[in-house]
Amino acid sequence: MNVTYNDFVIRFANVNGSGSASANGMFAKALFRMGVPVAARNIFPSNIQGLPTWFEVRVNEQGYLGRREGVDVMVAMNAETYAEDIAALKPGGYLFHDNSKPLPASLKRSDIREIGMPIATLLLTEFTDLKQRSLFKNIVYLGALSALLNIEFDVITGMVAKQYKGKDDLIQPNIHALELGRRYALDYLDSPIEHQVRRTDANGDRILIDGNTAAGLGALYGGATVCAWYPITPSTSMAEAFERYANGLRVDRKTERRKFAVIQAEDELSAIGIVIGAAWNGARAFTATSGPGVSLMSEFLGLAYFAEIPAVLFDIQRAGPSTGMPTRTQQSDLLGAAYASHGDTRHVLLFPSTPKECFDFAAEALDLADRLQTPVIVMSDLDLGMNDSVSEPLAWDDARRYDRGKVLDAAALDGIERFGRYLDVDGDGIGYRTLPGTHPSKGAFFTRGTSRDEFAAYTENPDAYQRNMERLQRKWATAATLVPEAEIQSDGRKAGILYYGTSAAPMQEALDLLREDGVRLDRIRVRGFPFGAEVYEFIDRHAMVFVVDQNRDGQMRTLLVNEGDLNPAKLISLRYYAGLSISADEIHRQVLDHYKAQKLPRLKEVGA
Amino acid sequence: MTFVAKPRTRHPLLPLNELDLTRRDYEGAVSTLCAGCGHDSVSAAIVQACAELSLPPHRFAKLSGIGCSSKTPSYFLDKSHGFNSVHGRMPSVATGANLANRALYCIGVSGDGDSASIGLGQFAHIVRRRINMLYIVDNNGTYGLTKGQFSATNDRGSTSKRGVPNLYEPIDLASMALQIGASFVGRSFSGDKRQLVPLIKAGLMHPGMAFLDVISPCVAFNNHNGSTKSFQYVREHSAKLMEADYIAPSAEITADYEAGAAEDVNMPDGSTLRLRKVEASYDVHDRIGALAHVQRCQEQGEVLTGLLYVDPDAADCHDVLGTVETPLNALAEADLCPGSRELDRLNESFR
Repeated sequence: MNVTYNDFVIRFANVNGSGSASANGMFAKALFRMGVPVAARNIFPSNIQGLPTWFEVRVNEQGYLGRREGVDVMVAMNAETYAEDIAALKPGGYLFHDNSKPLPASLKRSDIREIGMPIATLLLTEFTDLKQRSLFKNIVYLGALSALLNIEFDVITGMVAKQYKGKDDLIQPNIHALELGRRYALDYLDSPIEHQVRRTDANGDRILIDGNTAAGLGALYGGATVCAWYPITPSTSMAEAFERYANGLRVDRKTERRKFAVIQAEDELSAIGIVIGAAWNGARAFTATSGPGVSLMSEFLGLAYFAEIPAVLFDIQRAGPSTGMPTRTQQSDLLGAAYASHGDTRHVLLFPSTPKECFDFAAEALDLADRLQTPVIVMSDLDLGMNDSVSEPLAWDDARRYDRGKVLDAAALDGIERFGRYLDVDGDGIGYRTLPGTHPSKGAFFTRGTSRDEFAAYTENPDAYQRNMERLQRKWATAATLVPEAEIQSDGRKAGILYYGTSAAPMQEALDLLREDGVRLDRIRVRGFPFGAEVYEFIDRHAMVFVVDQNRDGQMRTLLVNEGDLNPAKLISLRYYAGLSISADEIHRQVLDHYKAQKLPRLKEVGA
Repeated sequence: MTFVAKPRTRHPLLPLNELDLTRRDYEGAVSTLCAGCGHDSVSAAIVQACAELSLPPHRFAKLSGIGCSSKTPSYFLDKSHGFNSVHGRMPSVATGANLANRALYCIGVSGDGDSASIGLGQFAHIVRRRINMLYIVDNNGTYGLTKGQFSATNDRGSTSKRGVPNLYEPIDLASMALQIGASFVGRSFSGDKRQLVPLIKAGLMHPGMAFLDVISPCVAFNNHNGSTKSFQYVREHSAKLMEADYIAPSAEITADYEAGAAEDVNMPDGSTLRLRKVEASYDVHDRIGALAHVQRCQEQGEVLTGLLYVDPDAADCHDVLGTVETPLNALAEADLCPGSRELDRLNESFR
């Protein structure tokens, strides 16, 4: 037997609403607790119950945690999708299924290995309760997998005990179901199989967390006090995480009153309106939404840009256009978010790649919005937001202070002869603002979406209008110096690869694969928009730069060409937009195809 | 439309309020609305109400949407910040403003286009959220800025300036507010300052959502024969429910109504709302009765004015959410950030 350790892809095929999510989540967590890096991807339908759903876990000790093509172990628990599930297996892969009913002969594949286990039959004799018979199917296969893959059993039983703490009557039947599956696998199946896990310490002090939870915590740490939102997949869990943790950490101990307010608004228009109203009145506020929400919020985003009000928005992107594939991932809102609203508008964007960055950028966005007095949109996506992945632990420097930007208090106003809300005193395009109720006679002004002069008085004067628009451009230039810098790894290669957000997950693996084919690329991970000087310098230094987008139209490439007035021929677009996250294989293939098509020299050939 | 700004000097005979301020200290910029516009009377009534209540003129958040009515927050309380937002969305901005700082008085001014058409959803939802504010609709039944199209509050059969009748049913915002749970609903007429000023005072002091539908004729596009929102029509068809006077906790009672017909409504801050009933049977605490009465009057072609409903023990959104007394925008970093040690504990929960 050719055993490999800690390196496989396992996919669970289930029926939505059958309770599989918690068993599958425990599977991933058990491996993580054994020190093995894992990335879980829930590939779920827009449905409550009945439609097929998949849960894929990439297990890789080297830390390659992007999606990989091909499945090594398929846990096929949904007869409806047997055909495609069996087809997804790599040659030599394992098909685990419930053989209480035989697998149709037409689906047999000679190049895979079948592991049949009569789960339904086993449960029929062991449990009388119908609901338990159904729910414990998942627990039984989890028990069986512990034997087949060599997972430490006490890690799993420990998790069950923890999950049902306080509901002791649930612990025993769950453990019994786990043991049922494990015993059967040990007694009747060839356990363990070739793909095995073994304890290691590859995770160090890292944590297993989804991006939305991390972002919710980031907003909490960043001092957000108002959250207004409207439910939309895949952003909902961010607002819910903020509220859940705030209920624990932001409540006055004596009075039990809350130091925050969460409003589930009637729609996205209202959600962003509440954020803008709160921020205008000096509270840190945010909303979480997805593409359709950004479309609805566009008018308000233009107001916040023009009237210069801080607003923080999390766009957990999903596959568009329109309703698109609401439960699939994409990076297709870049252009829509960057230029949201009519007129000459542009918005600051941040691109987190990991849960840790979701946390960091949430707090950073609140600072930046206050500093720049403009909307800041954090561009996460479904893959990052909703799936658990291994992340550096969240960190907070207690010496850090919130940057509330240029806000004049009553004493400061007393020292000023005449307050001008839109005067560019410091030359950075950012005026000083005042909050309502600050001073009995100074500093009050009228905020409006119409044009105004430096003293906030309504005007249609052509010069005053143009002066204001030009000042907003100066502010934009200031923003380019304040957003998080791009991460660059440069070895003086001729070609480079530019990527952002979740395309970072498979990047190391893709570059290692390319290296084997004689292609070596410098890399740059863009983290903010407007682009800093380092982004243009990187492109300038390289003869050719691949730009990775998880959208059809190469939106990042368009942004670069448009904002930097760059030569488009230099930017080679790599695109994947089918709704799953981009894989290392996909990046590898597309780069290689370009080298082959253009007959570009590769190191191997040069050296040969 | 006055193009000559009044001098800021104080007339020696203007009465001083408890803050030693006169009415002039509560005014705003010069109005750019048409001469005789009802909206300017509403602004003047707000100025009078705030001055008479001796409220600090810089402690307001003034919010509006888009339209003639939404321009008016410029024309009163210029010591306070105002926010002229986007069409129909004042309620959401007001919600945020009130969540951020519950200590400010919040006045939203909207119009019938702003609240009954494009912003009908936001209107309904701010009422159900019980934001503590005074929400005034300057209701003229027409789109003034775009030159006289019918709005959704225009009565069916009412004609435009060119004589074209409106074909559609009107939306009655006061009825809606009653139905959705506003704890204070009134209706008045911009031309009736004696009724309007006490209603504004009471609405400002009401600890919850106070909604005032103010019929405010458009002198340019909706003040002709055939319009049901003209000065003449409203004067002839208004059915007054009661006279009201708002009495601050410490102020002497100056109401000039006969005490015999009066009913006092005690407000939570110790103030009193004194009502002189026109109809003896009307119960101002009966939401369903109010709804029925408003609609019955409407059926008879009458505009029922006065305080339609009040729940003096209302809860506001902050009560519902259980937020701290300190305004959220005034919380210190130590109150907001749980710190690194707590984060270590959180990290442990993700291992």
